[in-house]
Amino acid sequence: MIDTSAPEVVARGRARARRRSNLVALVLAAVLVAGAAVALSLGRGFVPLDDVLSTLAGQGSRSTNYVILELKLPRVLAAVLVGLAFGVSGAIFQTLLGNPLASPDVIGISTGASAAAVLCIVAFGLSGTVVSVVALAGALATAAVMYLLTWRGGVTGSRLVLVGIGVAAILLGVVSYLMTRAQVATAQDALVWLTGSLNGRGWDDVWPLAVLLALLLPAVAALSRVLNVLRMGDDSAKGLGVSVEPSRLGLLVCAVALAGAATAAAGPVAFVALLAAPIGRRLARDGTPALLVSGLVGAAVVLLADFAAQNLPGLPQYPVGVLTGSVGAPYLLWLLARANRAGKGG
Amino acid sequence: MMTAEHSLRADAVRLAYDGREVVRGLTARIPPGSITMIVGPNACGKSTLLRGMARLLNPVGGAVYLDEKVIADYPNRELAKVLGILPQTPVAPEGITVADLVGRGRYPHQGWFRRWTAEDDAAVAEALAATDTLEVAARPVEELSGGQRQRVWIAMALAQRTDLLLLDEPTTYLDVTHQVEVLDLLTDLNRTQGTTVVVVLHDLNLACRYADHLIAMRAGEIVVEGDPRRVVTADVIERVFGMSCRIVPDPVSATPMIVPIGRHHC
Repeated sequence: MIDTSAPEVVARGRARARRRSNLVALVLAAVLVAGAAVALSLGRGFVPLDDVLSTLAGQGSRSTNYVILELKLPRVLAAVLVGLAFGVSGAIFQTLLGNPLASPDVIGISTGASAAAVLCIVAFGLSGTVVSVVALAGALATAAVMYLLTWRGGVTGSRLVLVGIGVAAILLGVVSYLMTRAQVATAQDALVWLTGSLNGRGWDDVWPLAVLLALLLPAVAALSRVLNVLRMGDDSAKGLGVSVEPSRLGLLVCAVALAGAATAAAGPVAFVALLAAPIGRRLARDGTPALLVSGLVGAAVVLLADFAAQNLPGLPQYPVGVLTGSVGAPYLLWLLARANRAGKGG
Repeated sequence: MMTAEHSLRADAVRLAYDGREVVRGLTARIPPGSITMIVGPNACGKSTLLRGMARLLNPVGGAVYLDEKVIADYPNRELAKVLGILPQTPVAPEGITVADLVGRGRYPHQGWFRRWTAEDDAAVAEALAATDTLEVAARPVEELSGGQRQRVWIAMALAQRTDLLLLDEPTTYLDVTHQVEVLDLLTDLNRTQGTTVVVVLHDLNLACRYADHLIAMRAGEIVVEGDPRRVVTADVIERVFGMSCRIVPDPVSATPMIVPIGRHHC
């Protein structure tokens, strides 16, 4: 029998849990790199892998420079960043509100962005960066309204989810109304935006998103320890010295901004925020909110779905949201069915 | 751990939920270094008083003082290093292991930059050992029995290493063996570390047996307080619970034992 002291047992347990989530994160990162390599090389505008690498290293020909650096790379990066933002945002929402349905696309944050964007496209005939900025503003404004409607000397998860679903229903009505009033051509533009699409995403879309993520993700990382403690209930968290309301507000702002930024860049890509976190938590299995792993899962899902959407037979290019939606909805049903059987009901 | 003497008292404190006043101008002093038990009928405000003393609920009037300073003026972390609270229904995050949950008790001792240290490992290990949960340290909390789970929560509060420990009905849902076990554990803590323990408890006889100081409440006010051996009488129980009873010495601890009298056994 090996004699080990108690603190060592504790330390080894912690190391084991850390090793597992690190390993999961590494594997997902490898999947991302492989997925990016496939997306850059295969599909429309095939470029052999060694040419992809040499082009990335700055030694491409004029044609590979154009295909890789101007067409494919920004789209791949946009997919990864959008997925990352949705994944982390969904994980924060679900953990903070203690509800697996509480993701930005279900509780109206993405709908708020959509309503603002569609208003821009249909009523004012705008396009491009302006739509993105307005969409982000729409997400933040929707969240602010929801927070105020939910506030009763504090914000509880279930109330916020219900208020959010109500707000989402109203905003969907607004979107539908705008669509019926629109010309066919603008309605089609709006519809593509609403489905969530990475078609034609260039560096102009990647940079603002990258800058926003560079600001938001460190803030999330700093607040993740608080999020860990908030999960044990407000009383326990307060007892451990957490300033519950300011921390929760800070985390909500980060999560809303992440979802808003991703929606602004690619439209409300269906189900990514809802799905990435449960998958991430199941992979990490360490009792933490698994923010990093969820973000990587989101990135991998959007990257692979977008690649598939571009290369499916039939239409020239499906919007990525069609694929994430058609894969996501069955998963959601399965999740609900399973939760009910386990007596948790969500 | 030092036996620092921290004083905790409520001064004319009024506590309310949604404007409904539950504790009405209550003044009480928690004797440092001893075990205080708060008893009373359902909805008498005993849990509310505990929550007010732990600053989970801000008073609408009066104040709670820790070391003669208004408790509301303490920074969150500073308070959490001195005063620990185990609420009635804490939530164990899904999938969390015992060691990890107990580790959360170290939160107030870690800053933005100071992360996990060997001292944290030692505190967690000590808390696990004290609550006899070291062998389940690697298991998920949801797999444990009710008694084990309650001990794990107490371990988390212990890992916080506070000189004052407040517990809201820590024995609810436990069978009698585990109830006694939890109260023994708190007594150990009080005897060996000098921790000031305040417990809201349902079981009158166990409260009388384990308390150095008893606070009996009714309708948001204190009816009596003091050493249970001196203050618990049939008359007091009648006034607090509206129940007639006979008081006999507990054959094990010689503390007062309340034998209730119902309509069929007069």
